[in-house]
Amino acid sequence: MIKFTERQLKVPRFMRPVYLVTGGQSQYARAFPEKRTEELCIDALTMAAEFIGMSPAELKGYIHTCYYGHFADHFGDQLLGESVIHDRLGLDPLGNIGVKTGGATGGSTIWEAAKAVASGYSDCALAMGWERMDEVPTDEGNNYIACAADKDWETPLGHIYTGYYATMAQRYWQVFGKSQDSFRRTMAEISVKNHGYARWNPFAQSPMDITVEDVLKSPVVAYPLRVLDCCLMSVGAACVIVADEETAFKMCKNPLRLYIAAGSHSLRVADRRDMEIPLLPNETPDQYQDLDEVFPGGHRYPGFTGFLAARMCAWYAYRMAGVKDPTEDLDFVELHDAFTISDIQTYEDIGIRPYGRGRDYVESGDCYLVNPRTGKQGKLPANLSGGLIGCMHAVGATGIMQVVECALHIWNRHAEIHGNPKLWKSFGKQKPKNWVDVQVPNARRGLAISHAGVGSHVTCTILMHPDHLLKEE
Amino acid sequence: MNNQAKVWIEKGAYKIKGEFSTPEPNTPIRRKDGKLCGVTNPRRLVHMHSYGGEAPFFEGLAQGRLLGTQCVNNKCEYKGSIYIPFRIFCPDCLAKMKIVDLTAKARKTARIYSYVVTSRTGAFNTLETPIRFIDLEFEGVSTILKSYLLVGEPEIGQRVKPVFRVKPTYTITDLAWVTADTKKPPKGFHL
Repeated sequence: MIKFTERQLKVPRFMRPVYLVTGGQSQYARAFPEKRTEELCIDALTMAAEFIGMSPAELKGYIHTCYYGHFADHFGDQLLGESVIHDRLGLDPLGNIGVKTGGATGGSTIWEAAKAVASGYSDCALAMGWERMDEVPTDEGNNYIACAADKDWETPLGHIYTGYYATMAQRYWQVFGKSQDSFRRTMAEISVKNHGYARWNPFAQSPMDITVEDVLKSPVVAYPLRVLDCCLMSVGAACVIVADEETAFKMCKNPLRLYIAAGSHSLRVADRRDMEIPLLPNETPDQYQDLDEVFPGGHRYPGFTGFLAARMCAWYAYRMAGVKDPTEDLDFVELHDAFTISDIQTYEDIGIRPYGRGRDYVESGDCYLVNPRTGKQGKLPANLSGGLIGCMHAVGATGIMQVVECALHIWNRHAEIHGNPKLWKSFGKQKPKNWVDVQVPNARRGLAISHAGVGSHVTCTILMHPDHLLKEE
Repeated sequence: MNNQAKVWIEKGAYKIKGEFSTPEPNTPIRRKDGKLCGVTNPRRLVHMHSYGGEAPFFEGLAQGRLLGTQCVNNKCEYKGSIYIPFRIFCPDCLAKMKIVDLTAKARKTARIYSYVVTSRTGAFNTLETPIRFIDLEFEGVSTILKSYLLVGEPEIGQRVKPVFRVKPTYTITDLAWVTADTKKPPKGFHL
């Protein structure tokens, strides 16, 4: 049993408000055989500068400290890759540090940069993330990824991360999905949605116009997961600039308030001890008393069916930002859809739906920009970027890409970037003739979840337009 | 492999013999039109890795025993909790735990909590495919153990029992499982 003390449950507090000033990203692809990593990072930083009408040199003049998210050194065969990028960005001799928390590296990097600004150490900080997974063949890549599991207790078992992760999916599939065809189709619908939204995103690696049947016919990776249920493996970079209020308003007209919190859970899923469900503001203590009756086998929390780290980062972040009910208070979300089934698990962990009821978020149509069931705006559109399934999963950059995408909606500048034919052309693509603007109308508040593998680290970032804060300060 | 890397310990330090790092020639990576884009970086490496306080668990597998640990600290709120995977220190009080033999408990109570079957593996895999990954619950144990099933098809709730590799590798792969009604151990393993 895990129990928390009151001190451990203190609501995190920034010593001063933190603002998101700008952000940028590179193109994403499975491989860039003719580009070095710093070229991608410079693409991202240049976009961030141009977005607020600055030259890269002008933007760099504001940066005081740098936070670099890059997870897998061994893929690139380069330790201290952060130092290489820092040098190539021309940011020496500023202080910098590398951040590594698996798939949550991007979110954790923003977490570190935000704390530097919140504490007063820096008035302006860079959070830049990237990943390079194209320098080894797939089986060596599988082994490298498996090294993010426990070296002695898991990795020697097949050297394949699927074997450690997919047993979680299996348990959720059987207990909460009840192995139903209808649940399987709901999983597939997430892939259709996210590959579909990727069609309107010039940065995205895997735009696809597919059907539920296409997903269900794609090759099995580890039952019930099929190829089209799984996220991409990508190369790319993304960055954001965070600042205190005074600096932020000097740098741009409309910076966004940023809140961020983190949670963790055991690297080795086997180590998960039972505990009571930590409740979010929109949940009640009696709500889960019959969970095991309704979903036989759902007795063990978090077991393999909940991501405790996701629950805890939402627990902290909602209280920090004043979110009472994510579906009501937020206008859209970018979730870590590593797999279709884990996307559903996350809906429950962050309170979009109660535990066991995550599928309803998709089946109700709430997760779409335009609800296909009603033809009206979806209540809480998810992953309009295409997410990890349709856009990219360049690990260290992923959580940052999500935050950049969220910010573009609140700035009402999503179409300006995504609909720019010159940008499409610069990536060697043609803007689709039927291109669709997926700007969320009147977007005020958004959320991004950055999540590591089996749930060892998760961050929850909440962005708000300063005129639409939820909490008095 | 006459010159295979070997490692032993003398006076608290690693001693090594044989080949640990073998460089191989680079080759250029070119585009079809001949433009140079990069190079390959081949090499063979051997790492030395300490099991530290978990070494008894891996030695135990070689002896056909499944060892876990139990908190025996009177001051710990969770005294008596049993852990497998084997943890050296109690996750609550951080006191060193007592080693307990869970072989009999595993034979009598192990059940599959979850599983997945996959034919995909990574480089350096030594297990036969498809691998039947299983996660196991034991009565009275706080945690769950990940392993693999060698005989039978996995199902949630299914009773299984452990088998141990006859010629140990001193890794977690020395432990595998078979369905509870299995009479004859799979080749290379004993009950």
